Amino acid sequence: MSDPDTGPAGRSHGETAPLSAIRLNVNDQVRRLEVDPRTSLLDALREHLRLSGTKKGCDHGQCGACTVLVNGRRVNSCLSLAVMHEDDEIVTIEGLGDPDHLHPMQRAFVENDGFQCGYCTPGQICSAVGMLAEVAAGWPSHATTDVASPQMALTDEEIRERMSGNICRCAAYPNIVAAIRGTAEGGTQ
Amino acid sequence: MRSFTYERATDARAAVAAVSRDGAKFISGGTNLLDLMKLDIEKPSHLVDISRLPLRDIEELPDGGLYIGAQAANSEVAADARVRTRYPVLSEALVSGASGQLRNKASTGGNLLQRTRCPYFYDTAAGCNKRDPGSGCSAIGGFNRIHAILGASESCIATHPSDMAVALAVLDAEIELLDADGAVRRVAIADFHRLPGDTPHIETVLRPGEMITGVLLPAPPPGRQRYRKVRDRASYEFALVSVAAVVSTTDRGTIDEARVAFGGVAHKPWRSAEAEAALTGRPATMDTYRAAAEAAMRDAVGQGHNDFKIELARRTLCRTLAQVAGAAEPGAG
Repeated sequence: MSDPDTGPAGRSHGETAPLSAIRLNVNDQVRRLEVDPRTSLLDALREHLRLSGTKKGCDHGQCGACTVLVNGRRVNSCLSLAVMHEDDEIVTIEGLGDPDHLHPMQRAFVENDGFQCGYCTPGQICSAVGMLAEVAAGWPSHATTDVASPQMALTDEEIRERMSGNICRCAAYPNIVAAIRGTAEGGTQ
Repeated sequence: MRSFTYERATDARAAVAAVSRDGAKFISGGTNLLDLMKLDIEKPSHLVDISRLPLRDIEELPDGGLYIGAQAANSEVAADARVRTRYPVLSEALVSGASGQLRNKASTGGNLLQRTRCPYFYDTAAGCNKRDPGSGCSAIGGFNRIHAILGASESCIATHPSDMAVALAVLDAEIELLDADGAVRRVAIADFHRLPGDTPHIETVLRPGEMITGVLLPAPPPGRQRYRKVRDRASYEFALVSVAAVVSTTDRGTIDEARVAFGGVAHKPWRSAEAEAALTGRPATMDTYRAAAEAAMRDAVGQGHNDFKIELARRTLCRTLAQVAGAAEPGAG
C-alpha cells in the first residue's frame, strides 16, 4: 500500500512519510493515486487529479471556496485528508456540470449574475447544492424558529444562514441568494 | 505540516491499541486538528483514523434517554427528530455553531475535544501556557476581549469554544470512554473538562489512550429548553456569551426546576448552581431572573477588554429565562 522509496515533495521540515495508495470515486470515475498522508482532499483534487475548479482560499475552513460534495454532503476539502476518503464518492464543480450541460444551480448563478470575480463560485455552487439537499431532508438551521418542527420555509434568512460558510469578498450575496432561491423554487434539485 | 504516518482503525479496541504509541493521536472529522497541524500547533507523528468506526448511531436508552455515538456528525445530531423534539437545546446549540460544511464533518466526540480559539494559542510567536507550558500567558494584559470571566487562572484565561458542550451541561450528559485495556467508564459532562489552574494544557480528564465512544443523555428534564448565543457576527462565529437553560414552572408561575449553563465565559461549559438556586421556588419574573444573573456572576472577574461580558452574560441569561419561563420584558424575543 505504500512505496517507501518514493519520497513526497518535502514541503516542510524536510521529513518524508511513505506514500499511501488510495482510491477515490471522483465525479463518477474511479481514480487511484499515491499521496503523502499530509495531502488534503483539496490538494489531491487540484494538484494530483488536475481538477482545478475547486479553489483554495484560506486553507483553514473559514471561506468555503474549497467546498465539495462527499457522499452527497458538502464539506471543506481543505480540512480533510485525502487518505481518509478511500472509496468515498466525491463530486466537484466539474462533476456537477460543464459549459454545454450546466447544472441548474450553475445556470441560476449565470442567470442571476451570482458572482463577480468568480473565485468563490465553485464552492458557493457545491455548497448550495448540498444545502438544498439538507433542506429537502428537513434539517433545521439557526434561522429555524422551532427546531422541533419538521417543516420550515426556505426564507432568504434561512438561505443566508445556511450559506454562511461560503464567503464572497466581492459581496455578490444578493444575487447568490436569488440564484439559490430560483433553483429551489424551480424544483430542479 | 509535519510528516506523520496514517492508519485507519477497524474497530474500537484496535483504535485504542493503535493510539498507545508515542506521538499518536486520533483523528475523526479533523476540522480542528488539521487546522492546528497546518499551523504547527498540533504535531502528531501518527494518526489513527476513527471516523469509520461503527459509532455513528443515535439510539434509544431504556430509561427514556438517548445514546449518541461519538462519530455522529454534528449535523446529524442536530437534525435527529428525537434530539429536536426531546432535547431542542442541543439541536439549537449545534446549529448555532460553525458552518454547514463543518457540521457535516465535525464529530460529537471531536466537538468535546476541540481546542480554544484564543488568538495567542494560535500565534506560535506568543507565550501560551496551553500550547507551550511555562511560556506565560500573552492574553493576560494583552488583547483579551473574548476571554474568560469565570474560573480563569494566572496561567490561562482561555475559553472553551463549544456550543454543544454547553447544552450537554444542562442535560446532565455523560461521556462514555474506552481505554486501551477495553474498560469502559462514564464521566459526567460537569467533570469532563477541567479548569486551567496551573496546567492549562490538560483540558479534560481523558486519560492517555482513552477514546470517547459516545454521549449519554438522560431522559429529558421537565420544562422548556433554549440555547441563546451572542456573538460579533450573526452566523459562523464563536460565542462571546451563550446561555443554555431548561426551566419548568408551575401553573401558578413558580419555577420548580431550573438548569442554567453559560458558554464563552470559562475554560469549560459553566453550569451555574448559584443561578439555579436563585431561581428554584421563586416566581417567574424579571426580578427573579436578575437576581439569578447577579448570583451567577458574583465571582466574575474581567481582564480589561472583556469586562463587558459580565453584564452581557447577566442580560443574556435574563432574556433567555424570559423566553423559556415567561414574564417577558418589553421587547423580549
